[in-house]
Amino acid sequence: MRRLLTSDHQRTVLDSRLVLDPQVALRPEPFGALAYHYGNRKLIFLKHPDVVRVVQHLDGAHTLAETLTACDVDETRWPSFERALTALTESEMLHEHRIEHQVTPG
Amino acid sequence: MSTASNTKSHLVEQLKEGLDAPICLTWELTYACNLECVHCLSSSGRRDPRELTTDEAKAVLDELHDLQVFYINIGGGEPMIRRDFFELLEYSIDRGIGVKFSTNGAFIDAAKAERLAAMNYLDIQISLDGTDAVTNDAVRGEGSYDTAIQAMNHLRDAGFGEFKISVVVTRHNVDQLDEFKALADSFGAQLRITRLRPSGRGAESWHELHPTQAQQRQIYDWLVAHGDNVLTGDSFFHLNALGEEPLPGLNMCGAGRVVCLIDPIGDVYACPFVIHDEFKAGSVRDEGGFAHVWKHSELFAELREPQSAGACASCGSYDACQGGCMAAKFFVGIPLDGPDPECVGGYGEAAMLEASADTTPRPMMDHSKPVRVAKPERVPVTIGRR
Repeated sequence: MRRLLTSDHQRTVLDSRLVLDPQVALRPEPFGALAYHYGNRKLIFLKHPDVVRVVQHLDGAHTLAETLTACDVDETRWPSFERALTALTESEMLHEHRIEHQVTPG
Repeated sequence: MSTASNTKSHLVEQLKEGLDAPICLTWELTYACNLECVHCLSSSGRRDPRELTTDEAKAVLDELHDLQVFYINIGGGEPMIRRDFFELLEYSIDRGIGVKFSTNGAFIDAAKAERLAAMNYLDIQISLDGTDAVTNDAVRGEGSYDTAIQAMNHLRDAGFGEFKISVVVTRHNVDQLDEFKALADSFGAQLRITRLRPSGRGAESWHELHPTQAQQRQIYDWLVAHGDNVLTGDSFFHLNALGEEPLPGLNMCGAGRVVCLIDPIGDVYACPFVIHDEFKAGSVRDEGGFAHVWKHSELFAELREPQSAGACASCGSYDACQGGCMAAKFFVGIPLDGPDPECVGGYGEAAMLEASADTTPRPMMDHSKPVRVAKPERVPVTIGRR
C-alpha cells in the first residue's frame, strides 16, 4: 500500500540496484558511519547503524527493496531508508549498477 | 529512527560528543614563511628548530591512515617551504589521505604547477585578501597579490582544475565579495571565505580589521544569497542570529569534537585558531601518539561535555549562534561562556569593555620574524666639487 503512494522517484530508488561507488570510504562512528567520496570530496553522515548495514549489503544484483527485506528492515521504516539512500545517490556515493550487454558485431 | 535525512540539529548534538577521529584535521607543517601577514593565526615567520622530521611526519600520516582520516588540511607558515613537502604530499595521498593545502603561491612555478596537476585527491587553496594589490598587500605584504595571481595563472595553465581562492573577510575587503566571486569564476576556481579571528598576530590587528556590525549583516546577506557555491569552513555560524535562515554548514564549534590542529612541532590543539597552552591537548610525540591525544586528552573530554550557555543563556538567539567562536572570545579576554566579540546582538562590545588586561591572554608560540629597527635615515649627500 505504502509503495503505491510513493512518487515515481522514490519507487525508482526502491527498485534500483545500487552499488557503493569504489571511491567512497565508510568510517564507523558511534552514531552510524561517515561516508567520504574521494572523487567529489563530499562527506555524508549515515545516522543509524541500520543504514550502514543496508549500504554495506548493496551488491548491485538485488533491488533496494530486496536488500531491505534481506536486512530485516521493517517495511514501516522503508520511507526513511528511501530518503537516506536517495540522498546518497544524489551525492553520487551510490549509483545504479548497470549491466553491460556485450554486443558482438555481426 | 534516525537516518541521513534527519534534522541537522540532531546530528549537531551527536557531533558535540565527539567522533572516533577528527573529520577536519589541520596540520601546520612549518612556522617558516616568506610572508608576514598581519592577521597570521600562527604568528608564523621563522622555522622552529623542533619541527617534526620527515620520518616523524610520515609516522603521523600512518596513524591518520589507521584512524581513517579521509583528508587533511595542510597549512603553515608556508608549507611549500619544507624541502620534503612533495614527499609528504605523495606519502599522504598514497596512504589514502586526501590533502588540501593552503599556500600564498610563492613557490608554485610552471613546473610545480604541472607536478601538482598530475596528482589525485589534492586540493589547493591560494590565500588572497583583496581583489586588488592595494587591499591585499596591506594585509599580506608587498608583492603578495601579484605572487598569488601568478600562481593561479600557473595552476590554470597546467590544467590543475578547480583550485580554491581563500579569503579572510576584513573591514577593507568585505565590499569586494562579488569581485572575489567573479575572480574565482574567471579562473574556474571555487571561492572560500573565512572569518578573521583575533588569534596569533591577529590579536594585534583584529581591532582594526574585523568587520563592523553593519558589515556582519552584509556578510550574512551575501552568504544567504551565494552560500551554496561558496566554501566557508562553517566559520560564520555566529551570524545565524541575524535571520531565520541558517547558513549552510554545520553551525557549531567543532573544536576538539570534530576538528583539531597539529602544529609544526607536533603539539595538538583544539582548533587552528587557538595555538595557546590553554587549548593544547598533547603532542604527537607523546606515548600513544596522535590517537591517544584525540581519544584521551582531558581538554578534549571537557570540550565534548555539554557547554554552558553562561551569559548568553537568557538570549533568544543562543540556539542559532551557539555563543559563537571560542577562540575569538578567548583572545579578547571574554570568558568562554560569554558572548562572541562580534555578537550580532551587540553584547560582545560590552563584554570586551569588561575584559581587563589581566583576562586578555598573551599570545604564545610567536614565530614572527624579529622586528628590524630601521637605521636613522641618512641625508643624501651629493659629493662633488662646488
